[in-house]
Amino acid sequence: MTSKPLLQARGLSKAYPGVLALDAVDFDLYAGELHVLFGENGAGKSTMISLLAGANTPTSGTIEIRGEPVQFASVADAQAKGIHTVFQEFSLIPTMSVAQNMFLGHEPGLGPFLSPRAMRQRAKKILSDLSFDIDPDMTVARLSRAQQQMVEIAKAMQGDLSVLILDEPTASLTDREVDQLFEVIARLKSEGVGIIYISHRVHEFERIAERVTVLRDGAHIGTAPMADMTEQSLVDMMAGREIRDIYPTIAHRPGEVILDVQGLGAPGIEHASFQVRRGEVLGVAGLVGSGKSRLFRSVMGLNPTHAGQVRFKGQDVTGAQTRKLVKAGAWYLSPDRKHEGLILAETPQVNLVMDLMAEGGPLLRLRQLGTRAAEIFGHVELPESYRARVVGKLSGGNQQKVLFGKAFGHEADLYIFDEPTVGVDMGTRAALYRLIAELAEAGKAVVVISSDLPEVMNLAHRAIVLANGKITAELPREDLREDIVLRYFFDQPGASQQTQKDTEGSPA
Amino acid sequence: MMQANSKPSLAALPLRIFIKLGVLPFFLIAAIVIFTIAAPNFLSPQNLINVARQSVYLVLVSLGQMLVLISGGFDLSVGTVIALSSVVSALAMTWAAQIFPDTVWLVILIGASAGFAVALIVGAVNGIGVALFDVSPFIMTLGVSSVGTGLALFLTGGVPVSGLPFAFGDTFGFGRVFGVPVPVVIAVIAILAMWVLMARTRVGARIYAVGGNIKAAHLSAINTRGVLILVYGLCAVIAALTGLLLTARVESGDANLGGTIAMESIAACVIAGVSLRGGIGRVENVVLGAFFIILVQNGMNLAQVSSYMQMVLIGLLLILAVIFDQLRYRMIVKG
Repeated sequence: MTSKPLLQARGLSKAYPGVLALDAVDFDLYAGELHVLFGENGAGKSTMISLLAGANTPTSGTIEIRGEPVQFASVADAQAKGIHTVFQEFSLIPTMSVAQNMFLGHEPGLGPFLSPRAMRQRAKKILSDLSFDIDPDMTVARLSRAQQQMVEIAKAMQGDLSVLILDEPTASLTDREVDQLFEVIARLKSEGVGIIYISHRVHEFERIAERVTVLRDGAHIGTAPMADMTEQSLVDMMAGREIRDIYPTIAHRPGEVILDVQGLGAPGIEHASFQVRRGEVLGVAGLVGSGKSRLFRSVMGLNPTHAGQVRFKGQDVTGAQTRKLVKAGAWYLSPDRKHEGLILAETPQVNLVMDLMAEGGPLLRLRQLGTRAAEIFGHVELPESYRARVVGKLSGGNQQKVLFGKAFGHEADLYIFDEPTVGVDMGTRAALYRLIAELAEAGKAVVVISSDLPEVMNLAHRAIVLANGKITAELPREDLREDIVLRYFFDQPGASQQTQKDTEGSPA
Repeated sequence: MMQANSKPSLAALPLRIFIKLGVLPFFLIAAIVIFTIAAPNFLSPQNLINVARQSVYLVLVSLGQMLVLISGGFDLSVGTVIALSSVVSALAMTWAAQIFPDTVWLVILIGASAGFAVALIVGAVNGIGVALFDVSPFIMTLGVSSVGTGLALFLTGGVPVSGLPFAFGDTFGFGRVFGVPVPVVIAVIAILAMWVLMARTRVGARIYAVGGNIKAAHLSAINTRGVLILVYGLCAVIAALTGLLLTARVESGDANLGGTIAMESIAACVIAGVSLRGGIGRVENVVLGAFFIILVQNGMNLAQVSSYMQMVLIGLLLILAVIFDQLRYRMIVKG
């Protein structure tokens, strides 16, 4: 590393009203290097890359490319300097074709006119160079999330690419697709491209990273060669404290069956049967798209059902309206807090009142509601200073606490948590897990649906696994081991490798 | 899922047409069948030419409306732009005619320029309000249409401006080139230009992108504000062109022109499969959509449906089209 860095940032800061999102961070990137940015949610990683990508301008600090100071007024500016970014929030237009998306903003053609044929050919070339099996004429809305991720990456592969920024690129990819992506990354590195890589998945990036920089609360904690770090040392650095065990032990006192699903058929779900008991945490595992979320959306009346029976507390509620189920004591926590969970433009209190006001007469008793809200927010450990702020401005972890507060606002008997800790930092996760434990120990029935396998393995007393819309296994606590559970992630037990190859061969 | 896949492709054909083209082909066939039965002279060449000539104005305005809809907004002020450009161009022409009584074409040029200039101002105001100040397109264009109509009525005192040069009406209202009415020629040129713009130019691709996902477009280094301002500007200019053609047709500047055209143009676009969420829409379909609405009005006239009931039917058709648009969007996005 004696040569000059490709990209060098010095004292990079970004202040928002009341928050210092990034505090004088130094960062450099060499040609052919993969440099990981690591940190909790809200540590400043996203702010950092938005500055490097030109999506935001720094409050202070400098950025140099090959020793030359630069200032980016826009994403286009950064792209002109060879910095391309694959954002976590997809920058694809769902209604346009793959090829159109890839060349958005710099379409090939003559003067103001487009050349659709040249565009298709170039798109095809880039996609086949990356060995991505995607039709350039396909509308993006029809692609799977993983395929959309690939298009995002393909979109960055053009012009003179010298710095590639990847924000959580593997979040929605299967293992095979991750391998494919890593091959592409290795090739780009050998061509001298510098890569900035944001991810929480240490076991993935330790294979490909040269160095890692840890951020916490907007500050630069340290930069070290990946070879010198372990998952534990990184996590400790990230959290600033030792997090050995964030999972509580939950007492198992199974009671009566409260939810009984028999032979349920629904969009994307085939013949699902299972039971949920009081005093027990039922884990639901499976890949993204396995149907684990759809299954419970159908149970809750959010998706239609067309076969089978759902009984809740002995009553037939097959295909009942969500409102009726919630009134009967079933609560569903949506994985999509921004669109389905919270009113982003309101305060936590207003969000909670929506749930608390279910009981009582037509007039709101504001003082009483306020006291109750304060009680609940104290219980879910939402810091007092955040309670008067607009929810949209809170961090992911605090938003999730508000959502959990809504759950506690209902005297429910069945709590279904769909991805309860998605985008939530370690500290908050531990707090949320304690709340889940408390509910189960109080004799409530709890369902935890999660794509995060350790979460299911550590919280559940019993788990069901889904693959391709079918329940492939029901496992007791003692069988909740990674090697066993993963076997059922693909359709045929014990043949996961082969199933994967089969799907590879078929165009669907 | 399995059942849907194993269905014979012939039965799925209407569904495929619906997903690709929207509800319009079905509406068109229904209208032609119904009106042919109800009014025997409906399919006569004479009547169809008539429909083509009448539909010019709505086709033009719908093309502008389509731009705005594809960008994810909509423009309620197109009728106002027609009224305002009609009144302003007529006033400018009568004023210029006093100064240059002998140069008719200079007078017409001055009048037309004044009409386009006022449209550009309206379009810019709409675009700036929507793009820079994030005013919802509904409120912005609704407010602007009140302002514009008020100004048009104020300028004329509510009385049509007459005394326009004869050449203006003779050429742009009633003239023919090789037997084809001038307004039809202008409309055909506008349709071709608009098709090239939307299907073959960068600007077109960016308008689709902004309507498809404005945040993504921004991250793809597209000047989203510029695109929005451009779209409202172009829409107003096309509306002004329509206003001028209508002024030539009625041979006076009238603040009451274009009264119902905002709703009709939105209806034409939506029936033609332009998505109200933005990002989806095709020029050729919009032309057919506008043609369809005029066809229905013409058919109802021939079948002696009262003009009050015609309003009811057009409104119902619009709502029906939006419902089908919702279903179609779900099918497209969810595959």
